[in-house]
Amino acid sequence: MKRIYAREEVCIACHLCEVHCQLAHSPVSDPVKAFNKNIPPLPRLRIEERRPITFSLQCRHCEEPACVESCLAGAIQKDPETGIVTVNEEKCIGCWTCVLACPWGAIRQDNARGHIVKCDLCPGRDTPACVANCPNGALVYVEGGD
Amino acid sequence: MTKTIQVKYLIIGNSAGGINTTEAIRKIDSDGSITILSDEPYPAYSRPLISKYLSEKRPLEKMLYRQPDFYERNNIEVILGKKAQKLNIAEHEVELADGTKISWEKLLLATGGLAIIPRMEGTEREGVFTFITLDDAKAIDRYLSQLPGGTVRAVVIGGGLIGVSVTEALVKRHVQVTIVEMRDWILNTMLDRDSADVVAETLRGAGVNIITGRSVTSITGNQTGAVGGVILDNGEPLSAEIVIVAVGVRPRVELAVNTAIKVNRGIVVDRSMETSVPGIYACGDAAEAYDFIYDQNRVTPIWPNACIGGRVAGQNMAGVPSECSKCMGMNSLDYFGLSVVSAGMVIPPEDGYEVLAARSNHDIRRIVLKDGRVVGMVFIGNVERSGIIRNLMKAQVDVSHFKKELLAENLNLAVLPREIWEPHFAAPKTGDREGERVTIGK
Repeated sequence: MKRIYAREEVCIACHLCEVHCQLAHSPVSDPVKAFNKNIPPLPRLRIEERRPITFSLQCRHCEEPACVESCLAGAIQKDPETGIVTVNEEKCIGCWTCVLACPWGAIRQDNARGHIVKCDLCPGRDTPACVANCPNGALVYVEGGD
Repeated sequence: MTKTIQVKYLIIGNSAGGINTTEAIRKIDSDGSITILSDEPYPAYSRPLISKYLSEKRPLEKMLYRQPDFYERNNIEVILGKKAQKLNIAEHEVELADGTKISWEKLLLATGGLAIIPRMEGTEREGVFTFITLDDAKAIDRYLSQLPGGTVRAVVIGGGLIGVSVTEALVKRHVQVTIVEMRDWILNTMLDRDSADVVAETLRGAGVNIITGRSVTSITGNQTGAVGGVILDNGEPLSAEIVIVAVGVRPRVELAVNTAIKVNRGIVVDRSMETSVPGIYACGDAAEAYDFIYDQNRVTPIWPNACIGGRVAGQNMAGVPSECSKCMGMNSLDYFGLSVVSAGMVIPPEDGYEVLAARSNHDIRRIVLKDGRVVGMVFIGNVERSGIIRNLMKAQVDVSHFKKELLAENLNLAVLPREIWEPHFAAPKTGDREGERVTIGK
């Protein structure tokens, strides 16, 4: 399946991928409204950083996802067709077992809302928002292994 | 006349282990007949959510582990509310209480665990409960609802995961709870003492009374014979209207005892989740499966292992060899707003282990090493990157030369050696423009 990969050598940790991830997952598309009038959603990615290394990290949508197998509520599922691992936020009880299970620490705790958030590869877009909006081309969305 | 039903795959147990087994089977064998048999009357629900039922009356529809059409969509026959009575291994048959017989080609025993009830006076009294099933939660709810007004006091016997879970639900129902834990600290199978003290502090902050190093010797009655309190082993009496026995679960092995299936504490399985009888598998709380951190078979009654074991059992049952080689104990909890995770061997059993520990405000990190490899971990407070450490443990990476980084406040993949993350995150170097490495500034 297509996954998001990093070109760490050209990432400058500008955090625009975070901003565009938040915007893409906001109920409104206007950035001013999304960030000033509402509480924006948590970014579903992270910036890993230990200079000179920086890169943007998203869920790997693993072949045998540890998060799915660990989920106490049955809230995380891997779509058998697309391979995309998604969470049903209404079903998630915020036990954080998947947070401990994920080998990459790619799952985020939304403490305010009591559930996890994770990368969903931006359903409805050809290219995930973080990839499409990286000014340095430091993210690519291509076929690749786990 | 009794009837015999013939199925290819018979699954006894309709929870995490059973469901994950059937899902794994269906990925390989789309039409072999599957029957799930359960003595519970409900479609598969998330057992850990029974605390939500008790605290907020979460309806069953919102506790379902899979979509309501799961059985139909996967072409699974499901027999609910009926108990398997007896296994006849030579005939490949199980007998139900009503005389029905089901014959199998492959059998899975995912019968779960039963609450341990210590031998003491008064356990049969009205107002004494366990907390394992939805019916347990319903019974507690009904009992609380019919108690006369005024403050209700509960004694929870056992400060393990189930004890703390029921405690939180009861506190949300405005019940005044006292936990009585026999050992010196609560949550002692998943936490070291220092870590457990932080949880205990949070519980006390929520009004919970915790007594450690004491056990309950009897449950006393009120004038009607229902629960009136308990007596501790130092003779001290505690008044209570309700008692929850939460000292642990034991594997439910009764179908397997006195058969050719090897039973130790649980039903003994190899790494393919097969019992000593070929064609018969077991997983979940009923099983005693391989734990790679301890390098031995152990009973680890936790949800994720039931799911992993179920997947492995299902693959093997459907003819695709698979092994459960990296199973370990792991727990995560969030009670009263405090996040706590633990995995592996948290308390070193002997000399020769190294413990890395860091503490700042409410954040605790504890990492146990053996020969340079992570074998145990606890994170309290900020747990978001804890999975990175568990992955190092699972992969048995030698961390000796970067162990200090594991305690770094900004723990992230970039602080770890490149070979750990690069193969998974770096853009494939394909030669076409999209994935090509570019050099800037040279």
